[in-house]
Amino acid sequence: MYSYTYDGSFEGLLTVVFEAYERKAWPTTIEPEQLAQPSMFGETVQVVTDEGKANRVWQGLKRRLSATALESLYYTYLWEQTGFERLIFDYARLVFDSPESVEGNYTAPFILQVQQIHKQVHREKHRMEAFVRFQKTADGLYYASISPDFNVLPLIVRHFERRYADQRWAIYDASRRYGAYYDLKQTSFVQLENPGVTPKQQGKLSADQYDENETRYQMLWQVYFDHVNIPERKNPKLHLRHIPKRYWKYLSEKQPRLK
Amino acid sequence: MNDKVIGKLKILADAAKYDVSCSSSGGKRKNDNKGLGNAEGMGICHSYTEDGRCVSLLKILLTNFCIYDCAYCVTRKSNDVQRTAFTVQEVVDLTINFYRRNYIEGLFLSSGIFKNADYTMERLVRVAKKLRQEEKFNGYIHLKTIPGASEELIKEAGLYADRLSVNIELPSEQSLQSLAPEKNYSEILLPMGSIKDQLVQAKEESKLFKATPKFAPAGQSTQLIVGATAESDRQILQLSDQLYKGYSLKRVYYSGYVPVSTDSRLSIITEPPIIRENRIYQADWLMRFYGFDVKEILGEANPNLDLDIDPKLGWALRNRHFFPVEINTADYEMILRVPGIGVKSAKKIVSARRFAPLHFDHLRQMGVVLKRAKYFITCQTKSLQRQDFDSEQLRRRILFGEGSVRSALLTQQLDLFRQVG
Repeated sequence: MYSYTYDGSFEGLLTVVFEAYERKAWPTTIEPEQLAQPSMFGETVQVVTDEGKANRVWQGLKRRLSATALESLYYTYLWEQTGFERLIFDYARLVFDSPESVEGNYTAPFILQVQQIHKQVHREKHRMEAFVRFQKTADGLYYASISPDFNVLPLIVRHFERRYADQRWAIYDASRRYGAYYDLKQTSFVQLENPGVTPKQQGKLSADQYDENETRYQMLWQVYFDHVNIPERKNPKLHLRHIPKRYWKYLSEKQPRLK
Repeated sequence: MNDKVIGKLKILADAAKYDVSCSSSGGKRKNDNKGLGNAEGMGICHSYTEDGRCVSLLKILLTNFCIYDCAYCVTRKSNDVQRTAFTVQEVVDLTINFYRRNYIEGLFLSSGIFKNADYTMERLVRVAKKLRQEEKFNGYIHLKTIPGASEELIKEAGLYADRLSVNIELPSEQSLQSLAPEKNYSEILLPMGSIKDQLVQAKEESKLFKATPKFAPAGQSTQLIVGATAESDRQILQLSDQLYKGYSLKRVYYSGYVPVSTDSRLSIITEPPIIRENRIYQADWLMRFYGFDVKEILGEANPNLDLDIDPKLGWALRNRHFFPVEINTADYEMILRVPGIGVKSAKKIVSARRFAPLHFDHLRQMGVVLKRAKYFITCQTKSLQRQDFDSEQLRRRILFGEGSVRSALLTQQLDLFRQVG
């Protein structure tokens, strides 16, 4: 029985794969250090992230997998749901131990599962690209706060960089407490810990911090939203299937009407 | 807030909303001038209206003043509605400011016809030109082509727009004559043909010269109104088929007619035919992505789609001799024709069966709807179905569940609802 712990990073997880092969000691559990419970049975292996080892595992996967499958593995990491470390490990092990490509073998349960996770995370990424609503601040920054189901902020940055190359913008993940900030040249990830406010207030702006025209455009957008609707075709079920209620908090058109 | 633009936006969004096209994909327009916007990827629906339709573009009319009197149209000359017009600058400001806040993918600009076709078209082009050249806007622009506009203007429009569209609206010449006496088919098809030629030409030239300016890279589309006139589904889909083949249209949109008029020239309906519209879209998908010919979907014996079941199931029930299909050996094309199996699961099946013989459990996990598919497939010659059913029995079992005895009664009720609706 071997319990592996790692620092929570993707490189750390790949290092776990390396160490397990090195020792021929297959993990029963893989957990981030800060969450790991001391185990009474078996051995605990504390893996220290090593970029060289992580890279060797990644290159090995790269030789045997398509770009899409590699992306699926990274998406599984960002999925963050219980058991994701194990899933990535099992997938990697199957890849390394099979003489032929295992890609597309949807009869193997975790290959199908990784593919389905890829779809889930991709959908959340796409939703964030659609539902982010920037608000312009007095100093010309376009700002939005999100709290996605999965950790998709690293995935949406490229989309917004290309789209808004000529405006400064920032997107803050309020539940994971970090943000991305684009300064017209590049995007950097930032922590804005403000101990004075509650987690819910973290990353929120007050009314006087906005551009003078911000309310006007929010209002125009609400007006537009109300007037493209065709009341004779009202279909609440379909409406909710496309924008489930948990996303309404992002959408200015779903807030009380401005006057 | 006292704001002129708010009043205009209300009127001109209201007047534009019956145009159902909202696609924002296929633009292939990259942001390589460090400007605003990027339309190279797939389309994005930024919101959904309460009627469940996608909101991806700022869809407005430049003006709802119109010299025409088409019976089906809310903007027709004889309709008693408030008239107004945006200035070019107002449209530009709205587009840019909505886009910067990530509300929209771009602009869909149409217009009532004031003075004449060229005068109107010229103004639409001016908006697009300003967005592209002055604002360095690389988002999506869909321009409506005004029938009768000169070829030079259409050509210029195509340089700035990602998509051009000419709406046919009425699915037969006869209907057009009675409902829109100022219009005729040849006048509508003329710009469509000219756009098609330009698209072909631009494509040919881009093979020779790398720097050929793009011409409407997302192609052209049109719209047909369903239910305002008496055409059958067969007539409508045959027309779409011709348009896809003859004019290489990217999309034909179908708009279930919303009664905006009590004009005596129109069919009397009280509610938009939403189910029928949905079935027509499904049939359109079968033609474009599932390899069906329009003749397989509708024929002289069945000129209209079955409203209770989707057209793919309808085809399968009429063609039982092709089934059951053996999942482990059948061609992809045939697997795609099984009710309950879509493009994605068909691809998964073909991929996974290289590794191991597939069971019904595999299919379920891959997302196949076995409730429907099980009547049409075998897995390693095994079937989930012990009995043989005729097509009518199958239809009932799929619609109302197995062993249902209330089916007959329910069908009757549904029919009643439909008559009332």
